[in-house]
Amino acid sequence: MKRAAIIDYGMGNLDSVVRAVEECGGAPEVTDTREVIEHASCLILPGVGAFADGMRQLRERGLDVVLREQALERGIPLLGICLGMQLLATTGHEGGSTRGLNLVPGEVIRLEPDGPDVRIPHVGWNNVEWTGACPLADGIPSGKDFYFVHSYHFVCAEPAHAVAQTPYCGGFVSCVQRKNIFGAQFHPEKSQKVGQQFLRNFLSL
Amino acid sequence: MLKVRVIPTLLFKEFGLVKGVGFDGWRRVGSAMQAVKVYNMREVDEIIFVDITATPEGHPPDFAAVDELADDCFMPMCVGGGVRTLEDVRRLLQVGADKVCLNTAAVETPELVREVGQRFGSQCAVVSIDVKGGPGRYEVYTHCGTQPTAKEPVAHAREMEALGAGEILLTSIDRDGTMTGYDIELVRSVTDAVSIPVIASGGAGSYEHMAQAILEGRASAVAAASIFHFTQQTPLEAKRYLNERGIPVRL
Repeated sequence: MKRAAIIDYGMGNLDSVVRAVEECGGAPEVTDTREVIEHASCLILPGVGAFADGMRQLRERGLDVVLREQALERGIPLLGICLGMQLLATTGHEGGSTRGLNLVPGEVIRLEPDGPDVRIPHVGWNNVEWTGACPLADGIPSGKDFYFVHSYHFVCAEPAHAVAQTPYCGGFVSCVQRKNIFGAQFHPEKSQKVGQQFLRNFLSL
Repeated sequence: MLKVRVIPTLLFKEFGLVKGVGFDGWRRVGSAMQAVKVYNMREVDEIIFVDITATPEGHPPDFAAVDELADDCFMPMCVGGGVRTLEDVRRLLQVGADKVCLNTAAVETPELVREVGQRFGSQCAVVSIDVKGGPGRYEVYTHCGTQPTAKEPVAHAREMEALGAGEILLTSIDRDGTMTGYDIELVRSVTDAVSIPVIASGGAGSYEHMAQAILEGRASAVAAASIFHFTQQTPLEAKRYLNERGIPVRL
């Protein structure tokens, strides 16, 4: 069974992710310590909340260093979910400009409505259209609905890192991948069967 | 395309689910856990879960009950009732809620809405607004519909948006449980005034009522309880109907 370290940095509902990983046959462990992370077979960085807060919480726990080390040097699979995906970026522009983990080059900016009935936050179910090859897409047809709830979005510096897009506010990147590092703007843990397929794909890497 | 959500509302009282009319005359309608399991199996878009006795009786949310329900809930879950402090919000999110509903606290301590938005993100700060009255005399009520506030819903919704609320759950107390249709005028007045999503609630008795709240009321989502508890109508059939009306839904 895959040991998935769920990174606890004080940002939101870890329980949903834990339950979903269990349901998908993984062995989740909620942690903020280096020893546990070093023994895990994959890492999940969940989180809801603001970018600046999230980075501050990671740094205070020294987790920014550990995550970079594990993802870049040890090369184990890392999945950032929602805010966790955004924190993979180089810079975030929520609550001032803040340096991110810089694991997937890019910036995180606010969604801008492109019509009168386009409301922010983007809340609800929307299509995830695969735009690049990604192992997490296995068995998931392009265009399936996933659950979103966010006001900011990821802009990749390197177009090849954007592997899915979602049609809202002119289209935004809803999934990124750089080698073993993945990010999902949607919540797979709340996207029922299709979300569990996505997580199963991650756990089987 | 972003889908319109159809959201069952589950009202919780002393370990059972209840439903009333006009926020009164509560009838037991079954076990919460059973309902969550059924809705999860049917892949509903989201659920709203409110402990209606918490604020009137002055007790905090039942974290253990939410924890248990969330374990079987692989769909978005919004939890309300008795949420008064940042610590209440933190604990609800920790046990598996995705969003919290602030109602009485949003009127009494509006600063809490800002704090929740800043600390946990505005996406999880849902402000619930319960309204009595009709056009020209709408008034916001708190404490599960028992206390008038002299606040007007449009102004209150705007204030909440400015403080960082991520969504508005707008309920007509007068329509609640009547199954005579949403108060479209109320819904439209609020959706026109704010740019955050608004969930229409109170009065759904048919799928056409839902279509009205979306097409005329411009709601981003429709919440309903009685229609699902007391009739054979289901969230899935509701979405099939809305789909036929040209409304984007997840099927």
